[in-house]
Amino acid sequence: MKTPIYFDYSATTPVDKRVAEKMCDCLTTDGNFGNPASSSHEFGWKAEDAVEQARKDVADLINANPKEIVFTSGATESDNLAIKGIAHFYHKKGKHIVTCKTEHKAVLDSCRQLEREGYEVTYLDPENNGLIDLDKLKAALRDDTILVSIMHVNNEIGVIQDIKAIGEITRERKIMFHVDAAQSAGKVPIDMDELKVDLMSFSAHKIYGPKGIGALYVSRKPRVRLEAQMHGGGHERGMRSGTLATHQIVGMGEAFRLAKEEMAADNERVRMLRDRLLKGLDVIEETYINGDMEQRIPHNLNISFNFVEGESLIMALKELAVSSGSACTSASLEPSYVLRALGRNDELAHSSIRFSLGRFTTEEEIDFAIAKINDNIGKLRELSPLWEMFKDGIDISAIEWNAH
Amino acid sequence: MAYSEKVIDHYENPRNVGSMDKDESNIGTGMVGAPACGDVMRLQIKVSNEGVIEDAKFKTYGCGSAIASSSLLTEWVKGKTLDEAGEIKNTEIAAELELPPVKIHCSVLAEDAIKAAIEDYKSKK
Repeated sequence: MKTPIYFDYSATTPVDKRVAEKMCDCLTTDGNFGNPASSSHEFGWKAEDAVEQARKDVADLINANPKEIVFTSGATESDNLAIKGIAHFYHKKGKHIVTCKTEHKAVLDSCRQLEREGYEVTYLDPENNGLIDLDKLKAALRDDTILVSIMHVNNEIGVIQDIKAIGEITRERKIMFHVDAAQSAGKVPIDMDELKVDLMSFSAHKIYGPKGIGALYVSRKPRVRLEAQMHGGGHERGMRSGTLATHQIVGMGEAFRLAKEEMAADNERVRMLRDRLLKGLDVIEETYINGDMEQRIPHNLNISFNFVEGESLIMALKELAVSSGSACTSASLEPSYVLRALGRNDELAHSSIRFSLGRFTTEEEIDFAIAKINDNIGKLRELSPLWEMFKDGIDISAIEWNAH
Repeated sequence: MAYSEKVIDHYENPRNVGSMDKDESNIGTGMVGAPACGDVMRLQIKVSNEGVIEDAKFKTYGCGSAIASSSLLTEWVKGKTLDEAGEIKNTEIAAELELPPVKIHCSVLAEDAIKAAIEDYKSKK
């Protein structure tokens, strides 16, 4: 077993070797290096064939028509294109957008930009388990609402929103519905025939494909139109100009094809590992799971160890590559906005660790992690004045702290 | 973020971890920070009749830099008079531990902690 052990699959995944091989075939003179837009010779035709095969593989995972897939540079660009593209195209119908406080920054910041342009945005509060109350969503819709943007699976806590039910609500009101599916594709079955979703964002690097490539599903029936954000040669039916990156696209296609084939088996194995991890950590006193445990992908375990600060725990767990909900790790000192939106108090938000498992996680790695964490929680709690106060029966929330 | 070797040393081998009886008249206790901000430091000093700090103990909830700042502080204050200890500046702690700019507040907290502990001790006299 090699250390550090990778438990950060929600941040990114390694490229599957089978994917990397396909990508390498599209680079050099002996490979498929042509420009897919070159319609006058065989190099172009071959590249176009490879891109169209990849488009079909991406579409197949979600049971969509390949013509509904627009390649982009990643889920961030897809989110930007969907939200700004819809807002700019349909602005005469209204200027109101509904989203949720726990969305990815690519969605939240696109909405912030639209606010600067004069649009109005409603940011829904999720329930304490991270899920959206559909009645609250309904109540937020107005006659001038043009778009609802809700993610499928949350990147920090792994909870799965009820996209099918939300789609029924938005379609009935003829409001566009965008879904960020960066964290769900390849983990949760998606059937576009069943979902009333107008736009859906995807990323390749979350499911063993390369970074720098993603896609936006744009529904044809009913027809969804949007204003391009990138102008140029009119690629991707005018929605996203720029020479198609054959090797990236081929990599994404192969990753999505493999995901379709292996999703069921992968999920079952990962669930077994996650449950093992949970069982090993649940015995520690004062631990709290963040987010609903039922409506959740098996790949994610987000857990708060009360009275231990997340960053110091991560420092102790140097053999484990995990991420913290305490943004002390970044330049700001704010704890995770996602955990705060769940109504978690700041202490618990500061004490959270996200484990995300994937295709290459092993049982041995899980057992190693359990042992390390159990050891270090004890050590850090011995250092913690809050733990001592808790053990002495002092109510920490009743103390008047000097916030700094 | 890369930590300096000194921070890692104090974090892995923290000096003077522990508690003293805060009700004793020769013990001064300073608790600063807030759980909501992600760090709480508790520093305790034991003062001789001559006004010299004989012993110091700490417990800290916070990041590695906060733990290291308080650990270092306990080493520095031992053997100092109250006046000398009260003159320790956060910049000296930050320099010794090579704290990056985002972690300067940890050293500020340590300075606040020793000042609060001295204050507490004096208020008992």
